[in-house]
Amino acid sequence: MEDVDQLPPKGVRPPIIGPGYNLGTLNDRIAGIVLTKHTPVFWFAVVGLAVMIFGMLNTAIAYLFAKGTGIWGINIPVGWGFAIVNFVWWVGIGHAGTLISAILLLFKQSWRTSINRFAEGMTIFAVMQAGLFPLIHTGRPWLAFYWLFPYPNSMGVWPQFRSPLIWDVFAVSTYFTVSFLFWGIGLIPDFATLRDSAKTLAVRRIYGMLAMGWRGSSRHWNRYETAYMLLAGLATPLVLSVHSVVSLDFAVSVIPGWHTTFFPPYFVAGAIYSGFAMVLILAIPFRYLYGMQDFITLRHLQNCGKLMLATGLIVAYAYGLEMFMGWYSHDKYELAMVHNRLHGPYSGYYWMLVICNIIIPQALWSNRVRSTPWMLFVLACVVNTGMWLERFVIVVMSLQRDFVPSSWGMYWFTKWDVMTFVGTMGFFTLLFFLFIRFMPAISITEMRVLLPQAKVKE
Amino acid sequence: MSATPIYGVMAEFDNPTALVHAAKAAYDAGYRQMDTYTPYPLEEAMEATGVHHNRVSLITLIGAMLGMIGGYSLEYWVSAINYPVNAGGKPFHSWPAFIPVTFECTVLGASLAAVFGMLILNGLPQPYHPVFNAPNFVRASKDRFFLCLEAQDPRFRLDEAKRFLQGFQPEDVTEVPY
Repeated sequence: MEDVDQLPPKGVRPPIIGPGYNLGTLNDRIAGIVLTKHTPVFWFAVVGLAVMIFGMLNTAIAYLFAKGTGIWGINIPVGWGFAIVNFVWWVGIGHAGTLISAILLLFKQSWRTSINRFAEGMTIFAVMQAGLFPLIHTGRPWLAFYWLFPYPNSMGVWPQFRSPLIWDVFAVSTYFTVSFLFWGIGLIPDFATLRDSAKTLAVRRIYGMLAMGWRGSSRHWNRYETAYMLLAGLATPLVLSVHSVVSLDFAVSVIPGWHTTFFPPYFVAGAIYSGFAMVLILAIPFRYLYGMQDFITLRHLQNCGKLMLATGLIVAYAYGLEMFMGWYSHDKYELAMVHNRLHGPYSGYYWMLVICNIIIPQALWSNRVRSTPWMLFVLACVVNTGMWLERFVIVVMSLQRDFVPSSWGMYWFTKWDVMTFVGTMGFFTLLFFLFIRFMPAISITEMRVLLPQAKVKE
Repeated sequence: MSATPIYGVMAEFDNPTALVHAAKAAYDAGYRQMDTYTPYPLEEAMEATGVHHNRVSLITLIGAMLGMIGGYSLEYWVSAINYPVNAGGKPFHSWPAFIPVTFECTVLGASLAAVFGMLILNGLPQPYHPVFNAPNFVRASKDRFFLCLEAQDPRFRLDEAKRFLQGFQPEDVTEVPY
């Protein structure tokens, strides 16, 4: 463990920014990652590996388009296999980015500043992976547009607006657009900084175009701040709506285990849980590899750990409630569903999920665990595994056994399912590493405000 | 009028306190056409230069209304008029089912209006602006704070404005050519 991660004495919380920075050194430190001529070796290693995995994704999708969804394990009764599990998992991961950038901004949590930029990037890249799955799940996406998006087509056919699946199209595409706008306007002043700090003409021109002529005028800042706060205010209900709408894909149906009213808050809590786990999975190697321990301090890691613990307890409560409602409903299909979870053919997945999402994360009660980066990293991986299992349990176990035993069946995923899922992780990693190389992964503009030097003295 | 027209006179400060002090004094001395350039949003500098309200909120509200009305009308027109489909015996105009999409369209309209409204009001993208001619202006996005008194202000006299700014011990005072 690094020296910089020494805990302060008991009762003192670690700072949110390392000591001894001024506007100039802060600038050089963060912009240096982007403007350096020496790309670190590990960057090439990670990107090289990610490109290979991304290639595997492309292969899997090409084969899918050639052969159809029969190459996957889906069939009747389980028509929603890996594709929907992965969709829900990836969309959920995105949620922590918006929570950090919008909700914590409205609550004036200034510690969010150093992690908000890359958390927003994480959101955008995760939603890209998520959006891929329902699209390729249609098998022939180019034939699916007319019933997904309302546009006048030659058949005169329109989408069914009473269907949660169409709500989902609108929710996820709006979420992607708004996250992208939020990220984009946050980047404008930072692009101006890169333009002005660039050493070569070509780099200056590229960031100059991206900065759109930003010059830091007080009139511009005034409108910029208004727009930024408004976007935060808009993104807050939006992010809560997105996973709520995703949960309605299930809850509006009459399938046992899906047909429950508490799905929206349960899904939102689960989304934020897995999202904070992903923030830690990205932040811990990033701060270590780029030596950013002064900006992403132990305080940030501790806070992410606390938020994981809190949302994890909400999720644990929801699991309990699922069991309780099954019993309380006195509905034989709901009871059979509960029994199937605990003792059915997929009960191993269920018990693994309980271990990953409820039992192991209780270690987060310990301050020592919350202050030890490698332990947090391991816990975050465990939680994200658990959250994936949760979606598997929800999607597969309810479809596998519904009302009539003669229509029961099993679901076995194929190597193409696995290749597609692992492939999206490669795609995500590729996008993320391109982002930290070519854009400031920590908001330089917002970090400046945290410096004591930045305040106007009376 | 001098031979080469100038945009204004620029003073460079190395801390925000001096900038705000100078900007306040300039406003009190009657200058109105002026602007500050800072590496991060500085509330006090906005107030000192008389920037208070902006129309971004209004534009966002209009965007939200358009998104809301547009989204709901689309759903109504599609589901009740152009392509009525009997789904589970629900009425063609089943308004509760139309709320999620209406909500998403409201947020989308508002967000697009907020971002593009802000950019348009700010006159961005703008590839050229005279303040970039000021020496050392590259540091306006890093660690320096600039105050520009603009030549179009009726009170502006070149020598007087320079002398006025010199009085605040800035790092530098320069003319900004077009």
